[in-house]
Amino acid sequence: MNINLTLLGQLITFAFFVWFCLKFVWPPIMNALEERKATIADGLAAAEKGQHEEELAKNRAVEILKEAKDKAQEIISQADKRASEIIEESKDTARVEAERIVTAANAEIEQETNRAREALRGQVVSLAVQGAGKVLNKEIDAKANEDLLNDLVAQL
Amino acid sequence: MSSETISSGQYIKHHLTNWTYGQFPDGHWGFAHTGEEAAKMGFNAIHVDTMFWSLSLGFLFIWLFRKAAKTATTGVPGGIQNFCEWIVEFIDTSVRGSFTAKNDLVAPMALTIFVWIFLMNFMDLIPVDVLPQIAAWIGSSLFGADPHHVYFKVVPSTDPNATFGMAIAVYLIVLFYSIKIKGVGGFTAELTMMPFQSKNKLVQLLFIPVNFTLEFVSLIAKPISLALRLFGNMYAGEMIFILIALMFNAGLVMGVLGGFLQLGWAIFHILIITLQAFIFMTLTIVYMEMAHHDH
Repeated sequence: MNINLTLLGQLITFAFFVWFCLKFVWPPIMNALEERKATIADGLAAAEKGQHEEELAKNRAVEILKEAKDKAQEIISQADKRASEIIEESKDTARVEAERIVTAANAEIEQETNRAREALRGQVVSLAVQGAGKVLNKEIDAKANEDLLNDLVAQL
Repeated sequence: MSSETISSGQYIKHHLTNWTYGQFPDGHWGFAHTGEEAAKMGFNAIHVDTMFWSLSLGFLFIWLFRKAAKTATTGVPGGIQNFCEWIVEFIDTSVRGSFTAKNDLVAPMALTIFVWIFLMNFMDLIPVDVLPQIAAWIGSSLFGADPHHVYFKVVPSTDPNATFGMAIAVYLIVLFYSIKIKGVGGFTAELTMMPFQSKNKLVQLLFIPVNFTLEFVSLIAKPISLALRLFGNMYAGEMIFILIALMFNAGLVMGVLGGFLQLGWAIFHILIITLQAFIFMTLTIVYMEMAHHDH
């Protein structure tokens, strides 16, 4: 318990350790701590930003989905409209065609009728001529009486 | 253990004597064989055990923290690094809490004080006879010394030289900054113009010696209280460990009781050694803060 040179030795030792700590220990550790703090803060900020962006993206996705649905609805209604239009159109076309066919058939019928009538008329004439020949018992020269016959045919 | 051949008083005395190297009264240098011889050496002597342990523990401290500092990265910290950073963070918080001026020296100094004193105090927890017995065995078998004259005091902070050395170093730094920040005039004014003040010049002049007496006492009291507080606590703690160790020779019942006492005191002492290191550090920070600010 004597005060002696140890005092000075301890004083110098202490000063040396403080100096060493000041130069080589404290600054690097403090720097590392500060840097790590900054890194963590950055990371947290980035995470928050990411979350925010995710929310935005979610909102946008919902919006896009809604838009797509609307568009689909529109397309469907348009298609419906177009379908009914096409049906109407084809109905019209069919009606016109049917009318045309009916008209053509009527015309043909009329034609056939006329033709049959002509044929009938010819036959009637020849029958009449034959009948008249028989009545007169002589041959009627068809050539000689051509004008008469034509007149008859016209009257029929 | 040794009391088979020496008395309790001698046992205690043996434990409280430093291993001293110094100048004998007749002029030659050598190791003191007894406490009386060491006392006669006066100032020209050095406590080899105190210096050895304080230097070893100090180097342990700087080696550990230097290792952590070198590998300090911004990545995920490892074990030692984590531990060192935890202490550094703790010191940094303490310094920021009570030191408001800007001085890069304060925090590293606080770190050194805290860890170094803690390590030196920690030596107290090693059973009192272990290291001295090893030293005695080495001394007697290797160097042929009388084992009763091998002194080995393992707790540097129970040596007033160590605590006063630190306290004086701290106080020199505090005085340096006081004068640097406030100037010689400001520092002198602080010593002489307070606490008693008067507008009357003559009365003020009369107050100067009174003020100086008061302020000088408080100025001197700082390093002395700093050193004696640590020394006193550690010395008393060490003393109790030695007294408990004496019980181990007083039969089985006392020995078992002593074992429990030693355990209990050691657990309680963990608190004391940390607290004393913390108090020394905090007071250093406070003194530095006072050096940087006017009252």
